[in-house]
Amino acid sequence: MSADAATRVLFDEPGPRGRATIRLATIVAVVLVALLVAGAVWQFAVHGQLAAYKWQFFTYSAIVKTLIIDGIGNTFLATAVAAVVAFPFGLVLALGRLSTQPVLSKVSTAWIEFFRSMPMILVVYAFLLALPRFGVVLPVFWMLVVPMILVSSASTAEVFRAGIKAVDRGQWEAAQSLGMGPGLVLAQIVLPQAFRIVLPNLLTGLVSLLKDSTLGYVVSYGELMQQGKELVAYYHYMIQTYLVIALIYVLINWLLTRLAAYLQVRMGTRKAAAAPVAVDLEPAQ
Amino acid sequence: MNQIWQMLADNFSFLLNGVLTTVGLTILGFVGALLIGTVVAVFRVSPITPLRVVGTAYVEFFRNVPLLTLLILIVFGLPDIGLLIPLFWCGVLGLVLAGSAFICETVRSGINTISVGQSEAARALGMSFGTQLRLIILPQAFRTMVQPLVNNFIGILIGSSLAAAVGVSDITNVTQQLNIRYAEAVVLFLLSGAVYLVFALGAGRIGSWLEGLVSTSRIGSAR
Repeated sequence: MSADAATRVLFDEPGPRGRATIRLATIVAVVLVALLVAGAVWQFAVHGQLAAYKWQFFTYSAIVKTLIIDGIGNTFLATAVAAVVAFPFGLVLALGRLSTQPVLSKVSTAWIEFFRSMPMILVVYAFLLALPRFGVVLPVFWMLVVPMILVSSASTAEVFRAGIKAVDRGQWEAAQSLGMGPGLVLAQIVLPQAFRIVLPNLLTGLVSLLKDSTLGYVVSYGELMQQGKELVAYYHYMIQTYLVIALIYVLINWLLTRLAAYLQVRMGTRKAAAAPVAVDLEPAQ
Repeated sequence: MNQIWQMLADNFSFLLNGVLTTVGLTILGFVGALLIGTVVAVFRVSPITPLRVVGTAYVEFFRNVPLLTLLILIVFGLPDIGLLIPLFWCGVLGLVLAGSAFICETVRSGINTISVGQSEAARALGMSFGTQLRLIILPQAFRTMVQPLVNNFIGILIGSSLAAAVGVSDITNVTQQLNIRYAEAVVLFLLSGAVYLVFALGAGRIGSWLEGLVSTSRIGSAR
């Protein structure tokens, strides 16, 4: 859909010669893609990786349970717990950064900038190796989820900050002229509108968290990657297992990004529809 | 304190190698991703339907697959079908594949910011799709893309740390190994953190400088 919007710009409705060129190029492209796919299938076949038993494996109920129920279940659990803590924390950090109180603003900014440029795996290693030296031993679940929260809080804070700044200045002024204090303006007027603006970006943040949860592989928490690692250790179907896992992640993340894109479009049309009318009588949901 | 300095001095070349590996992964990953990302973006705006389909599938797959999963698939999966790639290049390949999907979207939205009139004028002069892209659209699009590309670069820099999990000796991996030997986790964590922080801030600086550079050529135009 978006591809069509982009392509319309760059070429006219082709004439007879243009159509012939496009037809030729299409045939060449199809042949090249077919060759590429055939080459890949050939490589699998030659090395005996297409053998049916190596793929039927994934229909066994014990394997399905290990990967789908335990693996995806734990991935979702870690992602959900991290999101539930990191998103409100991110909002607090964003408000801190926007606050007029200099110390609060500096501390929030430093926190955000630090964790935004820190690779998550480094934080994970720090938790694995540094904390036990100070006698802090966390269960593996938190070894994974706490770094997820730290890293995600910083990026989510920036999402919220952008959302708050995107709310029209007039909304602040109007609310203040009605006699509302700054806290009330924020809670009643600005944040509800900011939430709607940032919703698609929060879903993108959820996708990042889901990707970060793969570091369960490093801390040995039984999410999808770790379950895959254990299956591979027993059965040695490396490429099959990791390919199936990659496809599962792609499917989940693709659905989430589709949802984010849908919300973005829906909000765009709402805005466009509301724009010509001076007063929007429909109450905000 | 002396112990820490001793450790750093003893392992100076080891650490330096780690830093250079991180730099190598990031720069090769970014350059490769920029080239392939641009090609895929051109696929996605071309009039040839199979190319658009391939481009879309490519982006949707590599944007949505977690980088660690991709790296593990490359390092442990590809040997199963007879593709043995040296470990460092496995890291580069993973970063190129994942980075190019994100850069493709940056380039595509860059192309979309160029006004329709530019493309229409180019076509009115009789330019073909390729000439139009090369001379008119892409040079202008790259100007609006400097900041998003810096973000892509930082993404690849941070992503390169995941190569440590599959055994590439980048700075994350090196400090992790020293950690196990010396148990100086805090110093080593701060050290490798500082490496990423410095490079990320440096990239931001270079980005602002580049942005200033390309926008000066706009003096005299409407903006």
